[in-house]
Amino acid sequence: MILIIDYNVGNLYNLKNALDFQGLDNRIVTRPEELKGATHIILPGVGAFRPAMEHLRENGMDQAVREAVASGVPFLGVCVGMQLLFDESEEDGPSQGLGLIPGRIIRFTGQGSNGTRLKVPQMGWNKVNWQRDDPLQEGIPDGNYFYFVHSYHAEPEHPEDTLGLTDYGEVFPSVVRRGNVWGAQFHPEKSQNPGLRLLKNFSALRPQ
Amino acid sequence: MLAKRIIPCLDIKEGRVVKGVSFLGLRDAGDPLELAMRYNEQSADELVFLDITASHENRGLTLDLASRLARVLFIPFTIGGGISTIEDIHRIVTAGADKVSLNTAAVKNPTLVSQGAERFGSQCIVVAMDVKKTGDHWEVYTHGGRTPTGIDAVEWALEVERRGCGEILLTSMDQDGQQSGFDLEITSQISSRVNIPVIASGGGGTVDHFYDALTTGKADAVLAASVFHFGTLPVPELKQSLHDRGLCMRLVTQNGNQAGA
Repeated sequence: MILIIDYNVGNLYNLKNALDFQGLDNRIVTRPEELKGATHIILPGVGAFRPAMEHLRENGMDQAVREAVASGVPFLGVCVGMQLLFDESEEDGPSQGLGLIPGRIIRFTGQGSNGTRLKVPQMGWNKVNWQRDDPLQEGIPDGNYFYFVHSYHAEPEHPEDTLGLTDYGEVFPSVVRRGNVWGAQFHPEKSQNPGLRLLKNFSALRPQ
Repeated sequence: MLAKRIIPCLDIKEGRVVKGVSFLGLRDAGDPLELAMRYNEQSADELVFLDITASHENRGLTLDLASRLARVLFIPFTIGGGISTIEDIHRIVTAGADKVSLNTAAVKNPTLVSQGAERFGSQCIVVAMDVKKTGDHWEVYTHGGRTPTGIDAVEWALEVERRGCGEILLTSMDQDGQQSGFDLEITSQISSRVNIPVIASGGGGTVDHFYDALTTGKADAVLAASVFHFGTLPVPELKQSLHDRGLCMRLVTQNGNQAGA
């Protein structure tokens, strides 16, 4: 059973639809105690970092997430849910994250190669180049496109925490992993076949 | 690199596709779901559904369509037409649409853009602008192109961006339906001034037109209807041609393996 954490930021039903479509057992949860005994947990998220983190703290969900991660449950952060995994974000002044992956979240410079201007947010389909073998990538060809919408990106402290890279003027980590914690900056639920496959791969991960 | 997006647009009336659609092998060309899945297989990057249902009572059918689409379509889709309140946006987003497109309502009540962006995120709010050239500038029209507003297109684009709109869908009324090319001038003017994506619409007929809109016109995405519906310029061929001419496109072959069911 995959648990999707509902903490009042955005529509989770498309993520649920992508799991339902593939017959992957899942449930949306709102209370911290519901995370106990979970086998897989997804932390979604859209919008800004600070309010998202505040919502997560409101009923102690942040603590429940840390405990679940410590127990070894495969955990996946999506979009802002991925950003929250890090120590802090520079969005709206420095804000503290969950601190599960060392590093921070910074804004795109908007500078392309040879001085061209890139729009921020990045919105649309971009390639992910996988840096090493990982069960999350199984069956997904290197260089497949995923759907992105974001203005900020991760800057992990340790290079080995980066699983996939994407080029938007600057090359940034679009998939990260530290132990049993995975994160995807793109929206797998909106990335057609490669995205569906990634979610299916996640559902097959074993506790670490 | 970020790929340029190709976006087919479907007109929906009371839950059905209107305007002729001539996909070979379709059981029923009027079923939006079937058509959406066909475009999905063809690697369309997004879909836009424009609700032209006249009566308010029948809008429920569009909500029903959005929720049916969201269960099987795993690319972003937008619903526009007749959305005038935050409650309307809420209903459509809850049904499963990723974005809503605001047109007349945004002009009448610009705070709808700000409130929509604040509540649902900028990525959710598309402002559709129908513009027509008058002298040396372009004017915004509302009510399906019937009502001139006196508002300058570039000024309006800057204002909706400031209010948190995430994307601009720019339709040239002069070019729409002509298949003689997009209006490159206004598209490029607006795209260079704003920092949000601009979708060019109106006038796409040939590969050259799409190429020009995405290069000279500086558009981030292009939207069209008839050339896709009638198969004169199928999405996969268009994308392949643009790719061959050096643009970054997401091709069918890069769509990964079939997952799930």
